[in-house]
Amino acid sequence: MREILEILSENARATPTEIAALLGREVEDVAREIREMEDSGVIRKYITLVDWEKADRSYVYAVIELKVALQRNTGYDAVAERIARFSDVESVRLISGDHDISATVRGRSMKEVAFFVAEKIATLEGVQSTCTHFILKSYKEHGVILTEKPKPKRLVVTA
Amino acid sequence: MKMRMKEISALRPEAKVARKVRAMPPSGIRKFFDMVNEMDEAISLGVGEPDFVTPWHIREACIYSLEEGYTSYTSNKGMPDLRETIADHAKGWLGLDYDSEEEILVTTGVSEAVDLAFRAILDPGDEVVVPEPCYVAYVPDIMMAGGVASTVSTDSSNQFKLTPEAIECAITDRTKALLLSYPNNPTGAIMTRGDLEEIADVVVENDLLVVSDEVYDKLTYSEKHTSLAQLDGMQERVIVLNGLSKSHAMTGWRIGYVLGDPALVAAMTKIHQYTMLCAPTMAQMAAVEALSRGDEEMLKMRHEYDLRRRLFVSGLNRIGLTCFEPKGAFYAFPSVEGTGMTSAEFSEMLLNEQKVAVVPGDVFGPSGEGFLRCSYATSREELIEALDRMETFLSKRGL
Repeated sequence: MREILEILSENARATPTEIAALLGREVEDVAREIREMEDSGVIRKYITLVDWEKADRSYVYAVIELKVALQRNTGYDAVAERIARFSDVESVRLISGDHDISATVRGRSMKEVAFFVAEKIATLEGVQSTCTHFILKSYKEHGVILTEKPKPKRLVVTA
Repeated sequence: MKMRMKEISALRPEAKVARKVRAMPPSGIRKFFDMVNEMDEAISLGVGEPDFVTPWHIREACIYSLEEGYTSYTSNKGMPDLRETIADHAKGWLGLDYDSEEEILVTTGVSEAVDLAFRAILDPGDEVVVPEPCYVAYVPDIMMAGGVASTVSTDSSNQFKLTPEAIECAITDRTKALLLSYPNNPTGAIMTRGDLEEIADVVVENDLLVVSDEVYDKLTYSEKHTSLAQLDGMQERVIVLNGLSKSHAMTGWRIGYVLGDPALVAAMTKIHQYTMLCAPTMAQMAAVEALSRGDEEMLKMRHEYDLRRRLFVSGLNRIGLTCFEPKGAFYAFPSVEGTGMTSAEFSEMLLNEQKVAVVPGDVFGPSGEGFLRCSYATSREELIEALDRMETFLSKRGL
């Protein structure tokens, strides 16, 4: 199971046939295990890592750090889940340190993101303060170095 | 002046080249290299080194050492720090004690260590038993050291393992040493503890030294590597040669090392100090980092080779190139038997028609004839594409 997940997390398009060949297993077994993991929610979604800068359709991203007043019974969950419902929000995480929650927001412009935070996030009950960090350049995403240059070539045949 | 010019033109420098060097055959790889090099978009399965770049933490340690100014010679034997790290590594990996002062020598790659070992132990006419197919440097190195290589064949029916019978057939009263190179380039064969037990008996009976090139020792896929030196009473007889090239993707750094008896290591160190002085300092700094903190990255690379190995070997068998399961290194060694072609013919035609480069097995000795060395140290995508092209190549011939 873990090995299948490792392969899929590197390449979501790997087919059961390919995975079976890599692991020396039966195609049917691999396909069944994948289906089971999809059904049980171990596999949540297959996504594509897009370099939007290159796709000529760049977005503005910001990391928003929030201080939140703890609520009786629900802790941070109620606020965090509320924030997560907005489609502009890409990720929401409970964090340690100076802030409590970190959210990533995607928008078309800085203005759009700033207004979204001011109007939708900062006004939520329990949110005490927000701190918006606009992302200026991304160097590495999901383990992929976006600024990487091509590898130097090896000699074509060596002993 | 005119006279002098005439004398020079009559010199024929090529005739001045030493006889033993002239007698040395050029590497069979060279011709193939030139052919592949001229071809665009060829997929090469002919590369005998990892496709990974050295892990960043190792490169970074080297850069830092340069910033700190570590640019002078080190002790001939290698930096004390590195020798101690190697001693710790040998203790952890092989369970053997080697004294970092007397029993360890850092060399410029395993290649230098092979050369040193033979020069240190061979008198003119001394023989070394060399199992074939094998890496291309052993026989020429033995020749340069004034020795005689007595090659013995291994074969696919026995998974290219070396047998005690084969060694015994080759032993004469001039036999001084046995060469071992497992996990093996080009076959991917390994020798298990059980296999080595039998070899140890022959070695002791005939009072042989063993030069054991274990540079692929971290890359085994069915069981952990065993060194002949680990067997009872064998440590003093075995000169273990190892390095970081394959395990840590550090081929270009040229770092190897020797583990062995103090007298033998001292003899090798003597030659090393006059010919190499010391291994490159910055590479030694990187090697300390690699051996002390490089296991995780090394295991990741090994895991990737293992995935590719399964993919590629099952692919070869599927398209009809029978291949025994290689259990070490990163080579598959399929047979071309039944295609009606020699290794060289197959390789050349495959390259010209389908632009896939493999190395004909006979490059690694006559017993490699009938086989191809295919390195799977290349991306999965390339391996899949290479298999497709090889299948096309075969089916065009109705094979």
